[in-house]
Amino acid sequence: MTVVIGFEGSANKIGIGIIRDGEVLSNPRRTYITPPGQGFLPSDTARHHRAVVLTVLQEALQQAGLTPADIDCVAYTKGPGMGAPLLTLALVARTVAQLWGRPLVGVNHCIGHVEMGRLITQAHNPTVLYVSGGNTQVIAYSERRYRIFGETIDIAVGNCLDRFARVIKISNDPSPGYNIEQMAKRGSRYVELPYTVKGMDVSFSGILSFIEEAANKMLASAECSAEDLCFSLQETLFSMLVEITERAMAHCGSQEVLIVGGVGCNLRLQEMMGVMCKERGAKLFATDERFCIDNGAMIAQAGWEMFRSGQVTELQDSWITQRYRTDEVEVTWRD
Amino acid sequence: MELEKSMVVSEFLSKGSVLKQGAEARVYRDVFLGRSTIIKERFPKKYRHPLLDEKLTHRRTVQEVRSIQRCRRAGIPTPVVYFVDYTSHCIFLEDIVDSVTVRDHILATRQRPHPSPTLEPLEPLAARVGRVLARMHDEDVVHGDLTTSNMLLRRSGEGEAELSLVLIDFGLSYISALPEDKGVDLYVLEKAFLSTHPNTEPLFQKLLESYAASSKKSSAVIKKLDEVRLRGRKRSMVG
Repeated sequence: MTVVIGFEGSANKIGIGIIRDGEVLSNPRRTYITPPGQGFLPSDTARHHRAVVLTVLQEALQQAGLTPADIDCVAYTKGPGMGAPLLTLALVARTVAQLWGRPLVGVNHCIGHVEMGRLITQAHNPTVLYVSGGNTQVIAYSERRYRIFGETIDIAVGNCLDRFARVIKISNDPSPGYNIEQMAKRGSRYVELPYTVKGMDVSFSGILSFIEEAANKMLASAECSAEDLCFSLQETLFSMLVEITERAMAHCGSQEVLIVGGVGCNLRLQEMMGVMCKERGAKLFATDERFCIDNGAMIAQAGWEMFRSGQVTELQDSWITQRYRTDEVEVTWRD
Repeated sequence: MELEKSMVVSEFLSKGSVLKQGAEARVYRDVFLGRSTIIKERFPKKYRHPLLDEKLTHRRTVQEVRSIQRCRRAGIPTPVVYFVDYTSHCIFLEDIVDSVTVRDHILATRQRPHPSPTLEPLEPLAARVGRVLARMHDEDVVHGDLTTSNMLLRRSGEGEAELSLVLIDFGLSYISALPEDKGVDLYVLEKAFLSTHPNTEPLFQKLLESYAASSKKSSAVIKKLDEVRLRGRKRSMVG
């Protein structure tokens, strides 16, 4: 029996979760939400995390019905992400690891998403679409690495959505993406937007600059509603994502798709991916907001895999890093 | 008239044999005007909004044909376009018979027992690819989907020296003079090349050297390629 606690705080969500042999015992989370029209800055985010981290830690232990003595390993997000928030969580993880006398494991955030997706859905060897505010990658496992087959060559799809939300001043509560999704449901007019796929990669900065410039003009002239813009933006962005996922599947000969990351909560994205899968006779796997959105349990799960396959992070190596490629990690727990 | 035309094409296709179904299109092989023909049918993607799907499919069909014609006019080897039906989005292309993809050729060559296990035997091929891509970029044609599966080696005589290179699959191509676009084109090839053929960095380097030597506008392109390579590393990865 191996019990791992995971600390996550690379962006505006702070989560601490506990996993015991594939069972999620607790997974509390808090989100730092900024007023409409504003994004979140590193120092403010770190301040938010510092204020709540010990409370969330207590919740994690209480909800799991465990004491520190029951924990076998302390996992934390090594990167990628925002520096100051990452550091806040790493400090706490290092401290409790020393206090409790337990080994540390530094986890790659992207791999945390993948491993949680695999655990919850039991997908065997899927093509993974990882989409969030900070990352957009198409990943497939091959020879001890999670290889990146396609990715964004500029900004992440979630970043595009979040910044568009700021332009039209949509609320960031519970998240800008969620509110865009709800508005899109009420939109019907399709507005043509730039569509950019380059081989297996995508580019979002073009569509973002277009819509940042055009949105206010179009809304002022009543050419379309904000709901129509949300609808059109989703249809275009998600089509691009489904296309590069399909191309990766064709390239690898894969029959399974797993969507992970905050943008993976979006039901329209799941629906579109489902249609593509059905046409190819492939199977779609997705999780709900508990595990799509950044959380501590996903770090605990990846940490559990790493720890059980013999990986441990020494104190002097337990730094954080803002840039950490998914394919840098040796996946020692799969063959 | 348009409806009748596309019905004729659909009927024609139903008699042909489906070679493969890629992410983008269905490919058939049949005989057309007495010649062996590859028919590329871009079928509607149901996951896309119908307006987006129509725009995208039409645009890609037009771009593919335009890029192939432009390459051919400049003497760059591509299949001949026999016929295009813009209603059903079908392109009828010359079937490059008795050919093998560069991908399969490289895989087969690397598997053969050699006196020395180096990549040397493949260097002339890499150089040739570099030269052809340089000519294509000098024509301001950006392929958009360069992989070793999109390059064919056609046997035109005895022995390997007689293999001629043919570029195919111009579905994501467009016309651009920008070094940025050409740099990204090479970047896409580099990623595809190294993921399909692991540990062949020296071979790809040879390709780039040949490209640089053959293209009149190569230094700006190579500079952009270096920049694009770093982008993946330098991007802020929050969330």
